[in-house]
Amino acid sequence: MKIALVLPILIPLLTAIACILAGASRAAQRGLSVLGAGALLAAGLWLACGVHTGGIQAVQLGNWPAPFGITLVADLFSAIMVVVAGFIGLCVAIFALANIDPARERFSFHPLYHVLLMGVCGAFLTGDLFNLFVWFEVMLMASFVLIALGGERPQIEGAVKYLTLNFISSGLFLTVLGILYGKFGTLNMADLAVKLSGQQSGVALSSAMLLLVAFGIKAGLFPLFFWLPASYHTPPVAVSAIFAGLLTKVGVYALVRVFTLIFTADPATTHGLIVIVSVLTMVTGVLGAAAQYEMRRLLGFHIISQIGYITLGLGLFTPAAVAASIFFLVHNILAKTNLFLISGAVGHVRGTGQLKQIGGLYHDYPWLALLFMIPAMSLAGIPPLSGFFAKFALVKSALAIESYIPVVAALAVGLLTLYSMTKIWAEAFWKADPAGAAAGERKAVPALMLLPICAMALLTVLIGLFPETLLGLASQAAGQLMNPSGYIEAVLGKTP
Amino acid sequence: METVLAIVIGGLYAISFYLMLRRSMVKLILGLVLFSQAVNLLIFTAAGLTRAQPPILAEGAAALPAPYADPLPQALILTAIVISFGVLAFTLTLTRRAHAGLQDDDLDELGRSDRL
Repeated sequence: MKIALVLPILIPLLTAIACILAGASRAAQRGLSVLGAGALLAAGLWLACGVHTGGIQAVQLGNWPAPFGITLVADLFSAIMVVVAGFIGLCVAIFALANIDPARERFSFHPLYHVLLMGVCGAFLTGDLFNLFVWFEVMLMASFVLIALGGERPQIEGAVKYLTLNFISSGLFLTVLGILYGKFGTLNMADLAVKLSGQQSGVALSSAMLLLVAFGIKAGLFPLFFWLPASYHTPPVAVSAIFAGLLTKVGVYALVRVFTLIFTADPATTHGLIVIVSVLTMVTGVLGAAAQYEMRRLLGFHIISQIGYITLGLGLFTPAAVAASIFFLVHNILAKTNLFLISGAVGHVRGTGQLKQIGGLYHDYPWLALLFMIPAMSLAGIPPLSGFFAKFALVKSALAIESYIPVVAALAVGLLTLYSMTKIWAEAFWKADPAGAAAGERKAVPALMLLPICAMALLTVLIGLFPETLLGLASQAAGQLMNPSGYIEAVLGKTP
Repeated sequence: METVLAIVIGGLYAISFYLMLRRSMVKLILGLVLFSQAVNLLIFTAAGLTRAQPPILAEGAAALPAPYADPLPQALILTAIVISFGVLAFTLTLTRRAHAGLQDDDLDELGRSDRL
């Protein structure tokens, strides 16, 4: 079972190395990339089964006992995230075969893509704060190159902003690590949780706030999100899609982890602040989207708005609310990545994502319109799709603790999300093509693009039809998060 | 010693943020360089300074005598230095490319792809 914890990190690493060794052979690299992503999904599923039946798993690397060595831990939340990362990784890897041009593939797109996945999985599985920093950097280093790969001018401009803000975020994270180590002499998350439990101190509060800023930049929280819509629309769609689906969510994962495990002594202050920030994130994100007329920029603002929903559940800090957050996280990763992939398919057949310049897609590609409707309506929260149950669970948990302002904000933002989605629908699919009927020849959508879009749409519908399966898993994961003694026992081998 | 270093670190943070907030691309890079140095120095200082007590076991001894320098922060800093070195090298290349495209040191010119 121990090997199951290491495999989600090992498989992408080996795939990346194999892709580099395959070198000049483009076909071999493409095959290895999809194979590696598939293996990652399988390893994630194996890990999740093990955690589901056998409880929280931990492995001490190099046999150094915790808290001295590096620990890998998988509770149900980590395992769910690894499975989702594997699924998204596979879908986008297949999409990339049709989307990434040969020049970018020659300049090692595939190895970088798998290094990115390795960083993401490492961040989900580590039980040590400094190690989390290292995985963040692995992931960021790959993403820096991926966002700039190709060297088009908007890409370079977007990359400068993306890199600068993430550098500052990493620096702040490292600052906290210095302070925490100086004060408590440990960076093992479980050990920190034991040492910090129940005591309110100035050091703990200031560390918590610095971490909120550091992870908030990565997650795209208000008012730190401005780098996201300025950079995510510049690289090729496959790259934007994997960024949109996974990278901001790693920031959210880190927030959930530290604010359920370590900084829980003073929830009125810390989690109260998270609620306020979440509401502002939801509202500003969706209002920003309303002004946009380019598909990927519009969707970029929606990433921010949806992040607000996920952190709202964390801020409300009840088992039901955290469970709703986890459900929302899974739903959102699927729906959001799918919307980006569809914007890529639209860009492929129409040559642009500018809503003013395209149209008539419903006439030319009715099935693509249907495939767009599924994630779009799910994002807006229309039953019976996954987004409805995610929002329903979140609103219900907020009502249960009589927190009414977030409820009003969540419902109003849902309505504005619907507005944005109908805007894309009306402009891109419904209205007549401004290019006129003259554009006679119809470009087909490649099967390699359709396959991942269909797979994700199918999963969105399935979650919507059988929400209790995922909701049960999410509740179980939230139970583990809200009662960290199990986690601490798995890592330190003793009850706190 | 800690007090002096604390003031130095605070000064470095302040200078680096001031430089990053300027519009010039060169000053942005200098700000990032100083920022990573300030962070490393902070980890070093926050973990406590112990003078002339290397954590080396004497021959035959089972444990170290009490005041000795903690080697872990230095390992952390070493990792952080390597990472920030890599990222800074990439930043330099990237800003050089951005500068070649813009023909300008002004960071505000990077906003073009942002306009509606």
